[in-house]
Amino acid sequence: MSTTLAHRAKDGALAALLALFLSVPFVGLYTTSTDQGLSLATRWAWLPVIAAIVFAGRLALGFATDALARRRAAGPLIDIPEETGRKLGRGLVLAGIAFAVLLPLTPLSDRYVLDLGTTVLIYIMLGIGLNVTVGLAGLLDLGYVAFYAIGAYTYAILSTALGLGFWVCLPLAGLVAALFGVMLSLPILRLRGDYLAIVTLGFGEITRIVILNWQSLTGGTNGISGIPRPTFFGLTLDRRAPEGERTFHEVFGLTYSSEHRLIFLYFIILGLVMLAAYVVWRLRRLPVGRAWEALREDEIACRSLGINPTASKVSAYATGALLGGLAGAFFATRQGFVSPESFTFMESAIIVAIVVLGGMGSQVGVVIAASFIVLLPEFARDFSDYRMLVFGAAMILIMVWRPGGLLSGREATIRLVPRAAKKKEAA
Amino acid sequence: MTAAQAPLLQVTGLTMRFGGLVAVDSLDIDADRGRITAVIGPNGAGKTTVFNCLTGFYKPTAGRLLLRHPTRGEVELQRLPGYQVARHGVVRTFQNIRLFPSMTVLENLMVAQHVGLMRKSFFSLAGLVGLKGWRDAEGQAVEKARTWLERLDLLHVADEEAGNLSYGMQRRVEIARAMSTDPLLLCLDEPAAGLNPRETQALGDLLLSIRAEYGTGILLIEHDMSLVMGISDRIHVVEYGRKIAEGTPEEIRSDERVIKAYLGEPEEEEMPAVVAQDLGNGGEARP
Repeated sequence: MSTTLAHRAKDGALAALLALFLSVPFVGLYTTSTDQGLSLATRWAWLPVIAAIVFAGRLALGFATDALARRRAAGPLIDIPEETGRKLGRGLVLAGIAFAVLLPLTPLSDRYVLDLGTTVLIYIMLGIGLNVTVGLAGLLDLGYVAFYAIGAYTYAILSTALGLGFWVCLPLAGLVAALFGVMLSLPILRLRGDYLAIVTLGFGEITRIVILNWQSLTGGTNGISGIPRPTFFGLTLDRRAPEGERTFHEVFGLTYSSEHRLIFLYFIILGLVMLAAYVVWRLRRLPVGRAWEALREDEIACRSLGINPTASKVSAYATGALLGGLAGAFFATRQGFVSPESFTFMESAIIVAIVVLGGMGSQVGVVIAASFIVLLPEFARDFSDYRMLVFGAAMILIMVWRPGGLLSGREATIRLVPRAAKKKEAA
Repeated sequence: MTAAQAPLLQVTGLTMRFGGLVAVDSLDIDADRGRITAVIGPNGAGKTTVFNCLTGFYKPTAGRLLLRHPTRGEVELQRLPGYQVARHGVVRTFQNIRLFPSMTVLENLMVAQHVGLMRKSFFSLAGLVGLKGWRDAEGQAVEKARTWLERLDLLHVADEEAGNLSYGMQRRVEIARAMSTDPLLLCLDEPAAGLNPRETQALGDLLLSIRAEYGTGILLIEHDMSLVMGISDRIHVVEYGRKIAEGTPEEIRSDERVIKAYLGEPEEEEMPAVVAQDLGNGGEARP
């Protein structure tokens, strides 16, 4: 991929020209308030500076890409044997789980950390769900937020209007979302690629707009507030219990702390995530999951082997939607409030980004990517206004570095010769 | 030809029209268990279209595809949804190999056993909770896969990604995958394409042994005449969507219409007088 300096310069000049053109309205013109009101002022002097910066940046990027390619061609930096790498990977996964479980007990944890951890876990849950549809079955879904919204609203409506408890509403919300998943999957069975993306995008927007306008059921823009919080086996985590009941801190003899509820919520979502991860991990090794992956690989070959593509697609959508719905229900109970603003296309885009960034089909990848996508903007707060810029740049760099996602390797679901046996044989 | 009284598969009057183009025109073909039936013909004769109709990828414009299933009785394949054809034991391979490339060879063979495994695992629910019945069923499926891999000399690549294998190996994986569905009729669409003579020879031996041991019927589309003539019990010759000949390899070899279809017609017309004169002159140009 290495090219001559002249070529690079030409490329840089082109980028600079584009930047010059774009910065005429963005930078060249600005508004100031004068005595007569708002008026337009110019700062043409900035334009060449910007063009020069873009030129230099583009040039540097070109050389960086070359260097990266050379690096990659030279082989990995440290040669880790396959077996050690696998053990290391397993160790890291276990350490990650242990960290997640113990986090609330460490002195590290405070309200902010717990809150952030819960958010990360919600996105992991969404990522695991979308990974079934996109990563395993290969059906691009740009409207995944719809299931998240349906789960959240189902939970909100059931718990406020009917007064059902958390543990009843949670599975119901998941099932309702799964039902919508089945309904959505029926009209799109024949679609593929770009067309599928557009239709699912439309479904996401339609869901949001219906929620926005169905005033009587969803409260429209006002949303639904006063959603009851989950109870710990019937014990409320509020400061005071209603008449005739006791609170969590009274029963356990603790002094009241609002952190208890946060810790409780954190453990609920952690449990949900671990359950979801386990179920999806198992499903991949079962006929349904293998059929999903086969469907992603070659639909025609699937049909020639007697696999019903319709059933496979529907089950993939329903499973993905179910997990999205559960995440939504949890979101609703955690916030205590739902409104359409939480379910914009941006959310869908973030979830798709998590799946793509993690590496299609990889669960550990989803966990890493979700942590990255939620935490990076937080850590980048020092950059204030530019933090989303930093975020975008980091995403681009990762995709240049690893085009297939962070963990792009596919682990076989079954092996004829177990790895351990293979090693023994070799020894 | 006693078996021909009630063959396993009886195709009558199969016609497939694409707009104004008649790709297959009222074709009759039989295939039976324990026999190798070949369909040959020049490129574009409509052979693959026949396969696509037969295996549920196209709905034929007209005609009847009658399968005499040993347990389910007479089934008209053209009335089934496409994926159901394979469930009735008519399984195909593709001219341009269609494996699941990023899955391993073993996984490819496990997917092929999907229908049975799905039933045994109660639509995967039993597997989700790890019931013993499921583990046994999976173990049996792996054993069946192992049998076919061994047979096709693929055991050493069982855990490799199918897409990384050589072309010849991929062809064999496709046959192993089709066979692990326990088909009644195996439909092979140009299985020897891209194979070298030695591999083609091995393929022929394999098909003969499958026929002998499992009694599987084999329907074969092929261009490689050495293979077709060597192993077929019966050959159907198709040209422009019509059957122009049918018979044993010996009969086909000497059939005039077949020779014509493959080699073109010998020049029979009288040459124009001027040309004849020129040739008579020894080809010298006239002034």
